Amino acid sequence: MRFAYFAAGLVLFTLGSYGASAFEIEGTRVYPAPNSTVTLKIISTADINVFEPIILEFQRENPTISIDYVIASSTELMKALHEENAEFDLAISSAMDLQTKLANDGYAQTYSSTATAYLPDWAKWRNQIFAFTQEPAVVVISDAAFQGIDPPNNREELISLLRENPERFEQRIGTYDVRASGAGYLFATQDSRNSDSYWRLTEVMGRLNARLYRSSGDMINDVSSGELALAYNVVGSYAMSRLPDYPGIRIILFDDYVNVMLRTALIPQNARHPVESGILIDFLAQLSLRPELTELTSLPPIDTAHLRENSAARPIRLGPGLLVFLDKLKKENFLQNWVSSMEQE
Amino acid sequence: MTTPFANSSIRRRLVIQLSLIAAILSLTFYLIVRFVAEQAAIDTQDNILAASATSIADALYSERGEVNLELPYSALSMLGSISEDRVFYRVIVDGETLTGYTDLPEPTPLPIPSNAVFSTFDYRGEEVRSVAVARTVSSSGQAVNTTIIVAQTRLGLEAISSSISTTAAFVGVGFFIFLTTLSLLSAQSALSPLRRMTQSIKRRGPHDLSPVKTQLPSELVPLVAALNKFMARLHASLTESEAFVAEAAHRIRTPLTIVRTQAEVVLRKLEKPEDKKALRKMIRAVDESSRSAGQLLDHAMVTFRIENLLTAKLDLGEITRDTCEHLSPTAGLKDINLIVRIPDEPLPIAGDSILLQNALRNILDNAIKYSPADSDIHVTIEKSDHYEVSFTDQGRGFGKADLKSLTKRFSRGDNASDIVGSGLGLTIADEVARAHKGRVHIRSNTEGPGACVSLILPRV
Ligand SMILES: Nc1ncnc2c1ncn2[C@@H]1O[C@H](COP(=O)(O)OP(=O)(O)OP(=O)(O)O)[C@@H](O)[C@H]1O
Ligand SMILES: [Mg+2]
Repeated sequence: MRFAYFAAGLVLFTLGSYGASAFEIEGTRVYPAPNSTVTLKIISTADINVFEPIILEFQRENPTISIDYVIASSTELMKALHEENAEFDLAISSAMDLQTKLANDGYAQTYSSTATAYLPDWAKWRNQIFAFTQEPAVVVISDAAFQGIDPPNNREELISLLRENPERFEQRIGTYDVRASGAGYLFATQDSRNSDSYWRLTEVMGRLNARLYRSSGDMINDVSSGELALAYNVVGSYAMSRLPDYPGIRIILFDDYVNVMLRTALIPQNARHPVESGILIDFLAQLSLRPELTELTSLPPIDTAHLRENSAARPIRLGPGLLVFLDKLKKENFLQNWVSSMEQE
Repeated sequence: MTTPFANSSIRRRLVIQLSLIAAILSLTFYLIVRFVAEQAAIDTQDNILAASATSIADALYSERGEVNLELPYSALSMLGSISEDRVFYRVIVDGETLTGYTDLPEPTPLPIPSNAVFSTFDYRGEEVRSVAVARTVSSSGQAVNTTIIVAQTRLGLEAISSSISTTAAFVGVGFFIFLTTLSLLSAQSALSPLRRMTQSIKRRGPHDLSPVKTQLPSELVPLVAALNKFMARLHASLTESEAFVAEAAHRIRTPLTIVRTQAEVVLRKLEKPEDKKALRKMIRAVDESSRSAGQLLDHAMVTFRIENLLTAKLDLGEITRDTCEHLSPTAGLKDINLIVRIPDEPLPIAGDSILLQNALRNILDNAIKYSPADSDIHVTIEKSDHYEVSFTDQGRGFGKADLKSLTKRFSRGDNASDIVGSGLGLTIADEVARAHKGRVHIRSNTEGPGACVSLILPRV
């Protein structure tokens, strides 16, 4: 194992509920520090193997901070903090809307430092939510399925392509099940806001009996196995990290617009070690200075210049606008529309 | 009566008072700007809140007998566009919360349609500004009352008002510095006529009692008028006394002439030598008195003319020649030779010819008077950066007399007791020379016995 020294520490892997709490967790792992003085409790939506290099590098620089890493879905994370007042020192999530709601409703602490001051304005909100990755929603296609046809460059082209070749794409389109995935819901709602073509696209996919997924990883797997010809709204970082292992797939960034999701961190109101959380936030805010970590994690750090290279890239705006799609009625209506478009008979 | 600032300078008083006004103005300016700006910021927030609530109200609809809401994206995003404030909303239908933050308080009184109610209160640990609007939605033929409440924290507002306050404070301080500088300058310029007047009075000669004619602001006119009136009175009294002296001299001289004539007549008839001696003594005393009276008259006239000096363009050579001509009979009586050497060119000078003649006559008169019979008197004019009119005689000279004191009034040399004189001649010459910005130079003749007295005058 690459991180033999740390792996010698206590490693726990459990499934189920966390302690006496009601919210569900997907796993937990403890990273004891060699000279531990505090244990930072992190609740996160990121897979452990994605995030581990960051934790290890952070501990190498801060050898007194042990880390208790708890993985949960974004909905469960929200439940833990918003409803059950679970005690965590840091909450890391790709669900920007839920993070915004936590901050808006007073569940986040304010923090600022030189490192956070360097973050661009679109990468933080109220000095409570701090973005540390910018992850575009991409289309992944299988080279084999697109033999002889040009892959689409935008949503209009995708719609006509699907309409014109129903037999080729029947049951071979994959996308998020927005009812089950926070990231999927976020992308879908932003799509509905950005362009009128979204609902048409949903209808076309529904007619082709598109397959619905809970995670980007599963979609990429099925594209590479040839089961899917195309997966729509895949989190770019996952696709990137898989690219070397699966030679038959290709990533397409649409030229009409590309939603860019920001992975964000916040310090919960009841954090026990806000100072150490701040140190970790500074570390995350400066990920762009550590290309070796980007290499290991495939998490693209916040980088305005890099973002501007693609004029279609649109980082999803942090702020009260994100609360709209969390509105009870709005969400019900949206899901109803989505289901009726996606599941025609 | 004493006032607190009676002795302090007008300038300082002006500056202090103007600075005080400047400070009050700056402070008022600061407060007004702050108030207006804060009000504007509050109005801006209220307007956005109202727009947000209205757009939510517009998105209400009824479906299958139920009121439903399609919350517009812009309703909340517009609130996030100017600041990073927390946003809360609540939609109440028929007293039941349809969606939003159930614990967001309803305002009292409840708003009526077309009339938004604004209020400020604490919610979730922070002060919020909230708006409530009412809307009636018809649902299956029935009117349903709805209330939409939108609230926002005031972080952005505070940031705006504190930045405006800082700016206003800077501008206020700048304004104050500017006004104070201006007040300094204006105090300076307001007082400049006073300084000008002081200068023009200081520059005057000791005999100049003419009215002050400097251009003055109206505030100083009474002061200068009073000053001028005072000087006129002084002048009048001086003139009066000069006139009095002249009159007195005249009145003394006339009877003295009569006395002298009568005494001469009597002298011729007397035979006893002691009687004759006594009468001669008397005649001499009369001569002295008469000379004194004449010189006093001249001095009075000279003083008066100097006070009211009227200068004209004159030729110094001409004046000198006239004077010599005028006195040549007197010289002739003693067989004295007047040797006049004056350059044959115009010698322009600005002055009063009567005064200059008077001065030259007194100097030449001395030369003749104190010279023995049958001697020469040289009259020359030298021209360098000034004129020097010199009278050089071969008489008795000044002996041990103190040369400086000879120009004093009534001062006579010890060597002159045998000759009639009043001691005013050189005084007159000196005063005239000074009035023309020149001087009298008294020294001994360098070539042999005798005196050399010069009148030195500036060239134009
Ligand atoms: N050319 C001169 N030679 C010798 N002594 C002179 C000569 N001029 C002036 N003095 C001396 O200077 C004194 C002052 O002269 P000043 O002309 O003022 O008076 P004064 O001649 O005595 O009287 P007056 O007023 O009648 O002229 C004289 O008394 C005399 O002693
Ligand atoms: Mg004389």
